[in-house]
Amino acid sequence: MQAAQNAKTEPGSLSGVVNSDAASLMLTLSVAGQLCAVPVLAVRDVLGVQTITRIPLAPREVAGSLNLRGRIVTAVDLRGRLGLPPREPGQVAMSVVVEVGGELYSLLADQVGEVLSLHMEERSPNPQTLDASWKEFSLGVHRQGKQLLVLLDVDQLLALGV
Amino acid sequence: MDDLLADFLTETNEGLASLDAALLQLERNPSNGAVLSEVFRTVHTIKGTCGFLGLPRLEGVAHAAENVLGLWRDGTLAVSGAGITLILSAADRFKQIIAGLEATGSEPAGDDAPLKAALDAAASGELPGTEAALEPSVETAAAPIPVAEPPAETASGGNAPQTIRVAVEVLEDLMVLVSELVLTRNQLMQLARAEENAAFAVPLQRLSQITSDLQDGVMKTRMQPIGSAWAKLPRLVRDLSHDLGKRITLEMRGAETELDRQVMELIKDPLTHMVRNSADHGLETPEQRRAAGKKETGRILLNAFHEGGHIVLQIGDDGRGLNTDRIKAKVVAQGLATEVELASMSERDIHRFIFRAGFSTAAEVTSVSGRGVGMDVVKTNIERIGGTVDLTSREHKGTTFSIKIPLTLAIAAALIVEAGGERFAIPQNGVLELVRVGGVDGPQVERIKNSAVLRLRDQLLPLVPLKHVLRLQPADAVSETEGFVVVTQVAGQLFGVVVDRVFDTEEIVVKPVAPILRHITMFSGNTILGDGSVIMILDPNGIARAFGLGLEGTAEVGSMQEATTTARRSENKTALLLFRAGAGAPKAVPLGLVARLENLDAARIERTGESLVVQYRGTLMPLVPLDPCMALPQTGHQPVLVFGDGDRAMGLMVEEILDVVDVPLVMDAAGLRAGFLGSCVVDGKVTDLLDTGYWLKQGQADWFEPAMVTGTRPRVLVAEDSDFFRNLVVPAIMAAGYAVTTVNNGRDALRLRDAGERFDLIISDIHMPELDGFGLARAVREGGAWAELPMIALSSATSPADIERGRAAGFSDYIAKFDRDALLASLQHCLQPVLVR
Repeated sequence: MQAAQNAKTEPGSLSGVVNSDAASLMLTLSVAGQLCAVPVLAVRDVLGVQTITRIPLAPREVAGSLNLRGRIVTAVDLRGRLGLPPREPGQVAMSVVVEVGGELYSLLADQVGEVLSLHMEERSPNPQTLDASWKEFSLGVHRQGKQLLVLLDVDQLLALGV
Repeated sequence: MDDLLADFLTETNEGLASLDAALLQLERNPSNGAVLSEVFRTVHTIKGTCGFLGLPRLEGVAHAAENVLGLWRDGTLAVSGAGITLILSAADRFKQIIAGLEATGSEPAGDDAPLKAALDAAASGELPGTEAALEPSVETAAAPIPVAEPPAETASGGNAPQTIRVAVEVLEDLMVLVSELVLTRNQLMQLARAEENAAFAVPLQRLSQITSDLQDGVMKTRMQPIGSAWAKLPRLVRDLSHDLGKRITLEMRGAETELDRQVMELIKDPLTHMVRNSADHGLETPEQRRAAGKKETGRILLNAFHEGGHIVLQIGDDGRGLNTDRIKAKVVAQGLATEVELASMSERDIHRFIFRAGFSTAAEVTSVSGRGVGMDVVKTNIERIGGTVDLTSREHKGTTFSIKIPLTLAIAAALIVEAGGERFAIPQNGVLELVRVGGVDGPQVERIKNSAVLRLRDQLLPLVPLKHVLRLQPADAVSETEGFVVVTQVAGQLFGVVVDRVFDTEEIVVKPVAPILRHITMFSGNTILGDGSVIMILDPNGIARAFGLGLEGTAEVGSMQEATTTARRSENKTALLLFRAGAGAPKAVPLGLVARLENLDAARIERTGESLVVQYRGTLMPLVPLDPCMALPQTGHQPVLVFGDGDRAMGLMVEEILDVVDVPLVMDAAGLRAGFLGSCVVDGKVTDLLDTGYWLKQGQADWFEPAMVTGTRPRVLVAEDSDFFRNLVVPAIMAAGYAVTTVNNGRDALRLRDAGERFDLIISDIHMPELDGFGLARAVREGGAWAELPMIALSSATSPADIERGRAAGFSDYIAKFDRDALLASLQHCLQPVLVR
């Protein structure tokens, strides 16, 4: 648990963590067709479709809040956060629940994939041409078969409304 | 650790906890023999017991201190400030040693010789360089004393026998469990509601009751009076005043206000920091204060009270206040804002820059504190527990910080409402009543231009449509006419929140909102309902603020503004009803003076001789056109402002009601005409202010004749320097049947007394030239023919502190200006004994 705490508060230091196996495990998810990943150590839960209560006056990216076994989780829509178009009506979202600073947040993705082991050596820095709205959230890019996978910076994604 | 030692430590800790306080009391009042004996006894007990337990260091210091105290007690030696300082440092040494004892079970090493020598010197009548003697004690403090837990919280003293110590974690765990239990109970109740005649309904009811009781019980174990967090402050302030060479009194109010202990732990440090700040940077040196015409002794005021489900803590000083220009310069230098941006900011917004990280305006950072250095930390710490911190400051007058902490961990009863298709919880302690509006014959929401109001028992209630506040519907959209008004009160201001539906009340577990949502001031938290859904908890304070319901400044520590009220008076916002009548400027009247607004059917207006009347509530009400040239409509409706007293009412016909605005009243008497008090600027337009007294007379020549008893009209003396307020107050009192005499200030009032004039009651403004209200009250009470007269204070500053001050000066009651109903009620109340006689 202690290692998890460290990993999630300092994603930048992931590669240097002693427990390199756990630290290099990533959960993949897709947002508007783009393959992304978040460190497994930050993830607390993956949920299917949830009832989400809208929160008036909240930042645009905040989809609302939901109840996870008696704890209140704030949902942030990755589409909104990454500057992507909203989901089509009828299209459902999956919740990837992460814990940051003792608070639970749900990252809304279109699909949740698998757990992969990604090695630091295989990571390429952000391409110069990467969209500006993605640069602040991307820790680097991995090649994954024919696809490119963007490693997301969870802390940065949740640095909202401050 | 052996039991004997453990007992000794517990007992000594308890004794030491009261020792500081007792010593400070002794310093203020050296002749207090009872306190001196208590101090002596405490030190003597320590000495006796540790001799028995074999604790030589403790015994040595206690012995030396006891010698001094003994001489004081016998009167051989006079109690002196320097002496108290010595005893206090001895007490500190006790604590150090005790802390070491607790950690290791034996006395820590250290050198007490200089302290003992200083104490012995004091005992022999010399009080040499106290400083020098105390210097080494600092070193010993830094000596490797193992980090010890601070002395365990003392249970409520020796005279509360039935207490046990419980680890805080146990209470915390209990609280979490109870919260979960409450949520589960709610869920079960929800299920049971759907199931008719369920066999488990009765046991469930019982379970529910027990859960509530359990919850109350656990909550109680966590509540502590805030005073226990303040206990160390008198000592802190005393030491600071010595170190800084300032004279400071610390006043604490509301020490009994209860607070969740976890919250209290979290605010202790910010609180200490802010008190330090006030002492170091807020207050001036005696010389500076004298030069500024203030009392030499500065004041720090701590105030705690509950307000609408929150606890408000204020830390105020009457020192130099924040220097706006210096903050501005600093803001620009640090690139936080441009000159242009600053120009459009209010002074208060500029002051708020001191909460920015690293922002300090103190020219030099002293050893005690650097104002601003820690303010951002204070703010962060308070916001971490879901609280807010704000400040008000006036240059040369002082600064007051207000910390508002929501009962984040509390379980509260809340009303569940719906607006714009979403459900919200409103804490029930902020709700006064519920009014259904829009039904066939129920009360109706009315609009004055864009502002919605509700007439509720002769009062005009400003309405805030929740849908608009939360932007669930654009503000200009025409809202349905049916719904509910949740009547709410915040800081003395009544307003109604309009919602679409009201469900029942539910016990909710208040959870703080996620940090990324904390900037939304409309919510005080969120919770999970019995059906498992998450809903937001509304903060009535936030809503009131968002709607600008004139709350600015109400949270200030009242009597600190003593000298600033002249400025405040004009800055105080007044709700004005704007309307049009006749040519020229728009007209206005303070909303508080209007009893009702009516839109009368033109056909109902009748003519009797010269005048117009209408049948209104079973009597004939005279109508007066504000503009003589105004044409009376033959059909349609006639807007009328109704002024009324008791059974009498009078209507003033106007052409159109425009708006209700909150503006500071700055009166200009230029171009004075009959019927108007003068003009003021509203929204950039010159607006004429109505003289209600004049128009009441137009309606009924005998308006000011008493309605009640003729012949024995109670005589009232009104002391008020402002023509404007006199014109507002006097007609209202006369209309209620009193004979009124007015004077300009307290001095003139006393002249009447000395001339042998008799009155039944005195109404006085507080701030007047020559002799103010407090002075007048004191002078009246001192003796003479008026000594027993009831006196009512009339003031725009009506914080509890002001009221307290008024009472202390001798006022029987204290009423806000413009609150006509309260004034009349008070008049009647105060005069009751006279009438009975």
